[in-house]
Amino acid sequence: MNEYKDLSLQGIWKNNPALVQLLGLCPLLAVTATVINGLGLGIATTLVLLGSNITVSLVRNFVPNEIRIPIFVMVIAAFVTIVQLLMNAFTFELYQALGIFIPLIVTNCAIIGRAEAYASKNPVQLAAFDGLMMGLGFTLILVVLGAMRELLGYGTLLTGADLLLGDWAAELTIVVFQTDSPFLIAILPPGAFLGMGLLIAFKNVIDKWIEKRMASEKANKVVERARVTGTDI
Amino acid sequence: MIAKYMGKNGGILAAFALVTTGLIALTFNGTEERIRAAQEKQLLSVLNDLVPESAHSNELHLDCISVADQSLLGNAAPKRIFRARDGENNVAAVIEASAPDGYSGAIKLVVAADINGNSLGARVVEHKETPGLGDKVDIRVDDWILSFNDVPFSGPEDKRWQVKKDGGQFDQFTGATITPRAVVNAVKNALVFFNENQTMIFDTPSNCESAGRSQNLGGELRDE
Repeated sequence: MNEYKDLSLQGIWKNNPALVQLLGLCPLLAVTATVINGLGLGIATTLVLLGSNITVSLVRNFVPNEIRIPIFVMVIAAFVTIVQLLMNAFTFELYQALGIFIPLIVTNCAIIGRAEAYASKNPVQLAAFDGLMMGLGFTLILVVLGAMRELLGYGTLLTGADLLLGDWAAELTIVVFQTDSPFLIAILPPGAFLGMGLLIAFKNVIDKWIEKRMASEKANKVVERARVTGTDI
Repeated sequence: MIAKYMGKNGGILAAFALVTTGLIALTFNGTEERIRAAQEKQLLSVLNDLVPESAHSNELHLDCISVADQSLLGNAAPKRIFRARDGENNVAAVIEASAPDGYSGAIKLVVAADINGNSLGARVVEHKETPGLGDKVDIRVDDWILSFNDVPFSGPEDKRWQVKKDGGQFDQFTGATITPRAVVNAVKNALVFFNENQTMIFDTPSNCESAGRSQNLGGELRDE
């Protein structure tokens, strides 16, 4: 059970594929112009990660070490193609919006990274969980970055929710403010770089703060003990 | 030694290739029809947008021919032309075209022309223009493309068929002239093509490759 807790923490926070490993920047920076685009790509990436981690873990004992890379690449490419076909069939308009970035999931280093570093050495249920958590961590950053850029750029949130979730979701769109001239830098790739930098800085601040709190808690405990021993004497 | 190694590892690779390809083929098989239906549905809604259903009596998306003209339709790839007829009378045609000179790659569009060669309207169906700038040619982003609705066209020398910057009647976008210029040119060229080949366009029997297939899909779509 502890292993699962550790895997969740690693995937979503400590070793987040987007914030810490900085893998998969190409789709990350390019499609996060809106929340829904980010969410769509995040889900697609998670599905691929899950599938490739499970498969790689299942076959890890049959794959000769020398040819493991071509085999992993083949497995990942197959899952990307399958996800692409499914998205094309079931979320046609989102597929059009994400365009080239679905096939580009195949070059997302986070996926082969997890296959090589984790799935090829661990049993299938752990590998699957790792894939899920890494995917969630990646999706989380895509959505947060998408929200930042959409809010600054267009003044809305969740535009195009119906493309991903079906017609009922069209009403989910939130208009925060109306604008005729969108804040271009937030929408264009430079805005994605800036937003990404801010997110990484923000994570570092939180990490520092947690570290400090832990340290001061420790110090408090030491002091208490000192008092206790003091009264003993 | 090397041969043995190659044989064994090659065999394993081949086995993986077979299994993964098999999975992809299965998915493809399962989604093919749905994907084509979605594409066809999109095309259908664009066609209905451009030529109102009340104006014609035939199945617009089934009455179509395939043509190719590099200089007027953007590239050498075959393009479809859909013919709208009301009984025996030819009413309009919707022409697939491509603007080769967009800001980032070709812009695919469809252009509707009435029987007198004037523009009924146009829609961009696929593009990679810069978000916030050139992508205003997309109806989902801006209604600029509606400025092609019912615009008279007198021929290749028609001076109105340019962006305002070049002395024509179509707005360019602040900070983006290349994209609208490319679209205006592509629509204009498609109209020139229509005017030069009108007899051929309306008299050639329907010959689109996917005509048989889309017939089935058309039925499915109507059931929905």
